[in-house]
Amino acid sequence: MKELRTHAGFAIEPVYGPDDLAGVDFERDIGRPGEYPYTRGIHKHMYRERLWTMRQYVGFGTPAETNARFKYLMAHGQDALNVAFDLPTQLGLDSDDPRAEGEVGRVGMAVNTLADMEDAFAGIPLDRVSVSLTINGMAAPITAMYYAVAEKQGAASERIVTTPQNDILKEFIARGTWIYPVDPSLRLVADLIEFSARHYPRSNPVSVCGYHIREAGCTTAQEMAYGLAIAAAYVELMLARGISVDDFAPRISFNFTAWGKIFEEVAKFRAGRRLYARMLRERFGASNPRSWMFRSLIGGGGSAFAVQEPENNIVRGAYIALAAALAGAQTMALPTYDEAYTIPSPKAQLIALRTMQICAEESGAADTVDPLAGSYYVEALTGAMEKRILEELAHVERMGGIVEAVKSGAIQAEVARQAYLFEQRMVAGEIPKVAVNCHVGDRPIEADRDVELYSFDARATEAQVAKLARIRGDRDDRAVTAALGRLRDEARGRGNLMYPITEAVKAYATLGEIARAMKDVFGEHKEAVKF
Amino acid sequence: MRVLIAKPGLDGHDRGAKVVAHALRDAGVEVVYSGLKRTPEEIVQEAIQEDVDVIGLSVLSGAHLLLARRVLDGLRAHDADDIAVVVGGIIPPRDVAALKRLGVRHVFPMGTPLPEIVKAFRQTERQGEMS
Repeated sequence: MKELRTHAGFAIEPVYGPDDLAGVDFERDIGRPGEYPYTRGIHKHMYRERLWTMRQYVGFGTPAETNARFKYLMAHGQDALNVAFDLPTQLGLDSDDPRAEGEVGRVGMAVNTLADMEDAFAGIPLDRVSVSLTINGMAAPITAMYYAVAEKQGAASERIVTTPQNDILKEFIARGTWIYPVDPSLRLVADLIEFSARHYPRSNPVSVCGYHIREAGCTTAQEMAYGLAIAAAYVELMLARGISVDDFAPRISFNFTAWGKIFEEVAKFRAGRRLYARMLRERFGASNPRSWMFRSLIGGGGSAFAVQEPENNIVRGAYIALAAALAGAQTMALPTYDEAYTIPSPKAQLIALRTMQICAEESGAADTVDPLAGSYYVEALTGAMEKRILEELAHVERMGGIVEAVKSGAIQAEVARQAYLFEQRMVAGEIPKVAVNCHVGDRPIEADRDVELYSFDARATEAQVAKLARIRGDRDDRAVTAALGRLRDEARGRGNLMYPITEAVKAYATLGEIARAMKDVFGEHKEAVKF
Repeated sequence: MRVLIAKPGLDGHDRGAKVVAHALRDAGVEVVYSGLKRTPEEIVQEAIQEDVDVIGLSVLSGAHLLLARRVLDGLRAHDADDIAVVVGGIIPPRDVAALKRLGVRHVFPMGTPLPEIVKAFRQTERQGEMS
C-alpha cells in the first residue's frame, strides 16, 4: 500500500479506530463549543447563530476605482471589506517617488493622503461595515487615516470595527513589506494596539498571520506554531508596557489558510484553538474568556491554485471553503480562479463570493457545530497536530525565540528550505496536483495562460500624481511641518506615535512624508539574506 | 557557473526566487541571492562585483517590463551586457515576447516546472561560452 503523509509530515494510517483515541481526555482536550479550551469552536452555536463573514480581498488602481468594486461586491451580498494597497503605499512611498515607478495602483489601491482614504470609503458607512486593512509596516498611518475618515463621517469611535493587519513579524518572515529595523517596527505595532484598545474598543488592531508564512512554503504545523509564537511576542510587548492582558487580548485576531488536505486543516485549527486558549490562560494569566479565543479569518492562498486549466481552481476554492467552514472560521476569504495570472476580474471575484455562499447556504456544512468532532481520524489528527505544533514551537525557542529568529534570518531560511522540499515533492509527484503532475491534459499550457487579464491602466498613476500635487498645493504647509517635527521628536522618545501620526494625517501630510520622518530616526532594516 | 538571483522593485514575495536558488545550488551552480527590494542599479553593480554569468530576475508585482529594461540598460551602460538576463514570476503571456525583444534570454512564467528552469540556466551558460 502506498504510504501517505500529511503536509505536516507525519504518516496517515489507512484506518483509524478507538485505539487511536487512547490518550484523549474528552473534558480536558475536546470539551464543548464556546467553552475552554474551544477545540470545537469559540461559540456555543457557531453558524446557527451567526454565519461567517465573507470578506474578499479587493483593491487596485485609484481609490475611486476600488470604491466602485467595493460597492459591486456589497451589492452581491458581501458583508465586509478587505482592502489591498499597492506596494508603494505598503512601503511608505508616495506615488511620485522614483522608487514607485511602475508599481502605482498595481497590486492594490494607491494611498498618498487622507483624501485618498476619503475617496475609497465615500458612500460606505464605516459605523456599519467592518473593514480589514491589509497593511503592516505602514499600519499606524493608514489606520490613523481610516479613523480620521470615520470621524469625518460622524461615526462614533466605539462603533468602528476595523482590522489593520499590523503583523510586522510575519512581514520579516514572509511577505517583505518591512521598512524599519525590527525593534522600532515592533514599537509601532504595539503603539497601534495600545491606541486602539484605548480609543476604538471594537477594532481588532492586529491580525496575526500564519497565512503568508504558509504561502511562503512552511508546513501546516509550522504555520500554526509560528502564528502562536508571533501572537505571544505581541502579548509580551503589551505586558512590558504595563497593560493588563485582558485589556487588549480579546481584540487579537488571526488570519490563516485552509488549503491542502481537508481533515488535516480542520485538525490544525482545532489543535491551534486549544493551544492558544491554554497559552493565554495559563502562561499569560488572562481571565476574560474572550482573551482565550482564537478568532480567525480562514481562507485559501493562491499557492493552492494552478495555471494549468484554471477553471479547476473554482473547484479547489470550493474545497477550501468547505475546510474553512468545518474548521470553524469567523471570517472567510477565497482566492479567485484567475489569481495566478492577474488582478481578479469582477466575474472571478463574484464566483469566489458565490462559492462561499453556496457552502454556507446549500452544502449543510454550517448546519451544526464542529460536525467532524468524535471522528476517530479527526480527533487522532488533532492530537498529532498539537504534538507537532509544540515541537515546532520548541524549535523556535532553540532559534532564540521568534524575534531573534527573525533578526538572524534563521526562520526565513527554514521557511525557504521547506518551500524547496515541497517543490521537490511536487516534482516527484508525491504531492499530486491534477492537470499539473497527474492526469495531465493535452492542452498546451500557453492556451491556459490566455485568460481574461486585468488591464493595468497607467493613467491611474497620472491621476494619483496629479491629485497629490493638488493636495500639496492646497494644504497648510506650516501645520504639516509642525506635525512632522513633532513626530520626529516623539520617535526619539518613548511616547505613543499614533498621536503625532494622527495630527500629521489630519494636516494632509503624505504617507511618504510620515514614513520618512520616522526613517530619519529609526533608520532602515538590513535584511539578513539567507536561503 | 555563477548566477545572481535578484528581486528588483518593491515586491516582497521571494518563495519562487529562493526555490530556484536552492535548485540551482543543488545542480552545482554557484548562487548569490540579492535579498529583497533591490534597485536595478544595485543589481547591476552586484552582478559585476560578483562576476556572474547570469542574472535571474524574479518579479511578481506586474512591473517586470520596466524593471527588466532598467537592468538591461544598466548592464549596457557598464559595458557588462555579456551577462545574460532571465526573468521569472507572474508574467502574462502577452509580455513574454516583449521581454525577449528587450534582450531577456529566457522567460519563466507561472507554472514553469523547476527542472525546465534549471535546464534553461544551463543552456544559457553554454550559449555564453560559445559567443
